[in-house]
Amino acid sequence: MKKENLHYKNVNENPCNMCMPMGGILPFKGLENSMVIIHGSQGCSTYMRRHMAEHFNEPIDVGSTSLNEKGTIYGGGNNLKRGLDNILKVYQPGLIGVLTTCLAETIGEDTERLSAEYLLERGMPDYPVIPVPTPGYGGSHAEGYWLAVRKIVGKLARETEPHNKINIIIPNISPADIREIKRLLQLMQADYTLLPDFSDTLDRPYERSYKKMPEGGTKVSDIIRMAGAMATVQLGLTVDENYSPGLYLEREFGVPFYNLPIPMGVESVDLFLKVLSDLTGNDVPECLLQERGRLLDCMIDSHKYNFQGKSVIFGEPELVYAISRTCLENGIKPVVVATGSKTGRLSELLKPLLDEASEKNFILEETDFVTVRSKSKEAGANIAIGHSDGKYLTERESIPLVRMGFPIHDRVGGQRLLSVGYTGTTMFLDRVTNKLLENKHGNYRKLIYQNFYRGTGRKKLCCPGS
Amino acid sequence: MQAIKLTDALIEERKNSITVKGSVEAKQKQSLTCDAESVAGCVSQRACVYCGARVVLNPVTDAIHLVHGPIGCSSYTWDIRGSLSSAADLYRNSFCTDLKEHDIIFGGEKKLAFAIDELVRKYDSRLVFVYSTCVVGVIGDDLEAVCKAAAEKHNIEVIPVQSSGFIGNKSAGYRAACDSLLRLIEPNSGDVKDIVKIPDSINYLGDFNLAGEVWIIKSYLEQIGVKVNVAFTGDSHCDALKKAPAAALNIVQCAGSMRYLAQKMEEIYDIPCLNISFIGLQDTADSLRKIADWFSNEAMLKRAEKLIEKKTAEVKPLLRNYRKKLEGKKAAIFVGGGFKAVSLIKQFKEIGIDVVMVGTQTGSQEEYETINDLADEGTVILDDANPSELEKFMTEKGADLLVGGVKERPLAYKLGMAFIDHNHDRKHPLSGFVGAVNFAKEVYSTVCSPVWKYAKD
Repeated sequence: MKKENLHYKNVNENPCNMCMPMGGILPFKGLENSMVIIHGSQGCSTYMRRHMAEHFNEPIDVGSTSLNEKGTIYGGGNNLKRGLDNILKVYQPGLIGVLTTCLAETIGEDTERLSAEYLLERGMPDYPVIPVPTPGYGGSHAEGYWLAVRKIVGKLARETEPHNKINIIIPNISPADIREIKRLLQLMQADYTLLPDFSDTLDRPYERSYKKMPEGGTKVSDIIRMAGAMATVQLGLTVDENYSPGLYLEREFGVPFYNLPIPMGVESVDLFLKVLSDLTGNDVPECLLQERGRLLDCMIDSHKYNFQGKSVIFGEPELVYAISRTCLENGIKPVVVATGSKTGRLSELLKPLLDEASEKNFILEETDFVTVRSKSKEAGANIAIGHSDGKYLTERESIPLVRMGFPIHDRVGGQRLLSVGYTGTTMFLDRVTNKLLENKHGNYRKLIYQNFYRGTGRKKLCCPGS
Repeated sequence: MQAIKLTDALIEERKNSITVKGSVEAKQKQSLTCDAESVAGCVSQRACVYCGARVVLNPVTDAIHLVHGPIGCSSYTWDIRGSLSSAADLYRNSFCTDLKEHDIIFGGEKKLAFAIDELVRKYDSRLVFVYSTCVVGVIGDDLEAVCKAAAEKHNIEVIPVQSSGFIGNKSAGYRAACDSLLRLIEPNSGDVKDIVKIPDSINYLGDFNLAGEVWIIKSYLEQIGVKVNVAFTGDSHCDALKKAPAAALNIVQCAGSMRYLAQKMEEIYDIPCLNISFIGLQDTADSLRKIADWFSNEAMLKRAEKLIEKKTAEVKPLLRNYRKKLEGKKAAIFVGGGFKAVSLIKQFKEIGIDVVMVGTQTGSQEEYETINDLADEGTVILDDANPSELEKFMTEKGADLLVGGVKERPLAYKLGMAFIDHNHDRKHPLSGFVGAVNFAKEVYSTVCSPVWKYAKD
């Protein structure tokens, strides 16, 4: 109770997170042949579609039950059923996720019961409809994401013969990152089921005949068999126990559970590969060792520049954790680490590491951008790493932003940002170092002139920012 | 002309929302169904009541825009418009009471009152808009009472915006915003007769100063001798808005959002209104004449003609060049309001492009009639479309480009089609003479891009 009061605020100024159903959409977009419908008023699905369309630069089809006044008063069951009818007719999906909103939850819609009723009425009792309760006031989009994955596994995974596949459960990372993780798995000759896999569905190659239901995504048949896997590797160190799909598989079906950080930075990639090596019995191949060597080369090339970095890092907890670790490995001091999510895990995990870096630092959970801004200023941050909303820090405090995470709205290629594995980390680091250099080179003439020039003539300042 | 079979329309309930000009079905049918609720599961492109209210009011630059509700509503609308300001920038923040589970159970009124107190003290603002969202409508927080108490406590304007998402569609949100604006401009003395009219002055309604569009139009009007009293709501502020009842005339650009306000101002303050459009060369020139005509001022008319002549001479050759490259291409339109669609049809004609599909999210019956009059035979006209309908009709009609908003852009690109952004976060003006050139240039840059050479079969 005491902890809750600590975070209780009357007003959030410039949100640092989105809402639960938004996060819930993503995993469903990473399942083969799947559609989502949001039970609530029309605006929710439209806003989330817009946000996702702009980040992924892909069409994002999400249904809405378009609840109106009548549905709100008398119950939205009919809307939900008609909505499911129409989705089935137009998209013919193999699976439908049903997410709720603030509105549906507040009026007490039981989507579990309504879905079951619907399937009976339509005579299709085995059709997979997966309801996920995602009230917008129940948590951030990060919680929505994990709960949806947890519910997908809970609904589909069945007691099954043991087999040699490894379950890989991932957080909200870019399609390019997912592809990189798949490449690492292939190089390690690991047989795997990756969930959710939106690497193809939300980053599709251009092809002349357009398909309403994009190809790709985790197969339902594979999710069913996740209960018999040799192990689960979940990239979800910051995930609450109640939302953890890996923990569920361990408790329910005895699948050995490895909870790891996103493989970003030398140590975390090493760890990821070591676990895969232990599980498969295969050695890390030479080509990956070479990539590791190139990352170390990159780190040496840039270490002095990075040492000047004082970063503010914000976004979804799991990514924030991974970025912070990577910064620490490279001498960049994370001075403000922030998330809009209510997880307590982030500070538990990071506090000892940040304190060791001996800088004054702030770990902010369930926070907003006005707080991030003031703490960043106080801590003298000179670089920001996170999603597009951080452009506010650039605009107001001249802290340059390296775009990373979700959503990227003001640049193209959010879906193509590669940051995991040795190679991805190298690319990420170059982006950060170059931003620091760009900022330094843009300002040093003016700064040095102002600080040290004591001559009589006044030079006309023409450098950027003057 | 390719025949479109409406019987192939994908969802039965949507049939009456789609028509083809000149088809047998269209002749039999009474009229297009519009302004109806979206069909569940149809993947409508529409937003909600709150969204409508927020986009209309957001450009009021010195107001605290406080969303009473859960975080998502505030998050998805933070600084969403490209509305520029000449002074204050408070409007570029998104404030939210960030309701949590226990607020839903115990009510959010106290939290709202504290939030207003906190923000007013911190930002020293004299105007607060408080938006209600879906949950607030359901749990029944008394916005009116909280706002009234706060207004008295701080001696400022605290105005509730009744925009719970489920009470209608985006149009209901426009109306809610207009109602709030009406409250704001109501004279404190209460006596309408005391208002002294400013000669040759207008209020400019329905321009949100995207990429400085209000400034562009204002400069034209000033050049012909018309004083812009206040714009609703682009680059506006509390004091200026309060002076709105003194204008001699209201002109309305975005009719979907502001016609209601204009009607009300005519009723209450006896300010007549003119529908105008500054989108496209022809509409811009016609509108300037229309305004000068209304004031029946010879000198003003002359200045208008002179301005039109000068500006037209500047842009005509540019447009002619683009037209040469674009002649005969086919465009599809899917935008928010009907009035914009009407202007776009005309504008496409100016650059030699045929329009083969026209749809809107919230067009009115009257606007669809105008669209039907302007459209060529065989044009598909549709209300509240969804991606599968857009895909079907654009493909069947062989459109070369689509004009729309953010959600429609990737759809067009996936279909190998050019795209024009007519959305509210754009960074270049599309109004006035300069806008007409920008539009043609954008059409040219996308339709004639070398990329399509590689994207064909």
